[in-house]
Amino acid sequence: MDIFVQQVMSGLATGGIYASLALALVMIYQATDVVNFAQGEMAMFATYLSWSMLNAGMPYWGAFIATLVAAFLGGIVIQRVIIRPVENKPILTIVIVTLGLLVICNSLAGWIWTYLQKPFPSPFPREPIRVGSVVFGAHDLGEIAVTLVMLALLFVFFRFTPLGLAMRAAAQNPASSRLAGIRVSWMLALGWGLAAAFGAVAGLMVAPILTLDPNMMGGIQIYAFAAATLGGFTSPLGAVVGGFLVGIVENLVGTYVSFIGTELKLTVALAMIIVVLLVKPSGLFGRAHQRRV
Amino acid sequence: MSRRASLVLAIVVIAIAACLPLFVSGFRLFQFTQVCIYAIACMGLNLLTGYNGQFSLGHGAFYAVGAYASAIMMDRWAIAYGWTIPVAGVLCLVVGFLFGRPALRLEGLYLALATFSLALAVPQILKYFEHWTGGSQGLVLSKPKAPWGLPMSEDTWLYYVTLFVTVIMFVLAANLVKGRVGRALVAIRDNHIAAETMGVNSALFKSVTFGVSAAYTGVAGALSAVAIAYVAPDSFNVFLSITLLIGIVIGGLGSIWGNVLGALFIQFVPNWAQDISKAAPWAIFGIFLIVFMYVMPYGIAGALKLLWIRTVSSRVPRQGGETVSPRVPTPSA
Repeated sequence: MDIFVQQVMSGLATGGIYASLALALVMIYQATDVVNFAQGEMAMFATYLSWSMLNAGMPYWGAFIATLVAAFLGGIVIQRVIIRPVENKPILTIVIVTLGLLVICNSLAGWIWTYLQKPFPSPFPREPIRVGSVVFGAHDLGEIAVTLVMLALLFVFFRFTPLGLAMRAAAQNPASSRLAGIRVSWMLALGWGLAAAFGAVAGLMVAPILTLDPNMMGGIQIYAFAAATLGGFTSPLGAVVGGFLVGIVENLVGTYVSFIGTELKLTVALAMIIVVLLVKPSGLFGRAHQRRV
Repeated sequence: MSRRASLVLAIVVIAIAACLPLFVSGFRLFQFTQVCIYAIACMGLNLLTGYNGQFSLGHGAFYAVGAYASAIMMDRWAIAYGWTIPVAGVLCLVVGFLFGRPALRLEGLYLALATFSLALAVPQILKYFEHWTGGSQGLVLSKPKAPWGLPMSEDTWLYYVTLFVTVIMFVLAANLVKGRVGRALVAIRDNHIAAETMGVNSALFKSVTFGVSAAYTGVAGALSAVAIAYVAPDSFNVFLSITLLIGIVIGGLGSIWGNVLGALFIQFVPNWAQDISKAAPWAIFGIFLIVFMYVMPYGIAGALKLLWIRTVSSRVPRQGGETVSPRVPTPSA
């Protein structure tokens, strides 16, 4: 039982990472019907930025904030410069452009910071926390806390601020929003910025566990896809729930199903994606996609 | 381009390719072998994405299946390499068809997601079946020698074998695309509802296309296993799938010739870029991907076709003010 509780906790911890990245994917998908295949690599790049800041002697939380701001601005610039010209093109075009972005981020990071793995500090204490006979990693608990705080901030932003309302309106009905005086195109750019910042949180939280290298996010991204698919690409709440669920399933399957272990982890994610897409393509919380023919 | 012009072009290109070993040898020739292999793989992906409008960001998986099928047959059962290539192709046909069946339900982005995840998971799956695949060590094979006492090196022989297979595969694909089947594929891509109204069995065509596309890529994989004489899981990572996609984007979606141009691009550009930095090839690939999507979405072949039509149409007076526009494909979700 102790093992079970422990596995669920660490599942929640990794689930928080998936949730952050999945939320980033969903934010962009909701507003523009695009899945950003470069989301993970953008997060990795942001994490490298923060590594450089830490190396230059900045305190952890200072670098944390600075990285989020940099990622936010970077996301806006990418949307304005790279994505906007192909906004109304066929999906294939946009997917190819985000794939281009993926390989550029990956190779630039390798170019600037080399492909050697780098240790990345965790802001949380090293000592594990004991509750009864169950041991929790402090980093795990910290991760969950950071994810929940970010979620709360996001909820407040979208629910209670005029700007958040404008962004939601722009995503839901661009034409009417434009008539109501909302600058829809800039709202999309803001969405990309916020998504990039969220992705960066995922990167910063996962780097201490996996150690930093340019291919760090590949596995995380496939899990984030699984999370977003499970929760439904049209539902932010779904992305979060999906993230935590996927994290727990991953850990439990890895522990209790002996033939899978850690070696087939990515295949589990792949199987989850395919099963969800076949059984319930709109996910747990998503709107079913209807189209007039 | 008229049918005769493309036939002449084909013969010229094949003649040049056949004479190539007189001028280059060793590693350079091996690179051209690789170009042929990439061209077949791109042809497969292009049938699916360019002609039929289905996404695949995971064709590296079929390349891996072909390569490992061939390698395992040679390594475990000592089957002659020549036989392993068609067997690998048939195996991939079946695997592709089976993958294509459920993929029917996935449109556009979702298919992209599923195949991209497949591409990410491939190396792990290969390592898992260690007993067959040799795990992360991979399988080391031996290069086949030229038969019948032909006075040529192993590399030259392999080059001719690959070229031969490439020509066959291209003739088959060109015929497929030009005929009834090709028109059905394009019709499904452009408007699948209209195609079905015309009596095209969309579901069957789509899954068979997936199978045929996988078979092409599998044959390419098998050839690569023979030519490199080594397979290892980490060479079949997600970047292989992206490389193939780059090939068809640069060469030209929905074009037969484009695949050769794309294959030349993905083989030689990284070689030159490597001199700048280890990371440079991919930075350049990425920039090319994005720039091509902006300025020539139908690749080099599409741009050449446009140029050709413009020059021809400037000589021939237009009839009834009808604007002549090239029949370029419109990939739709």
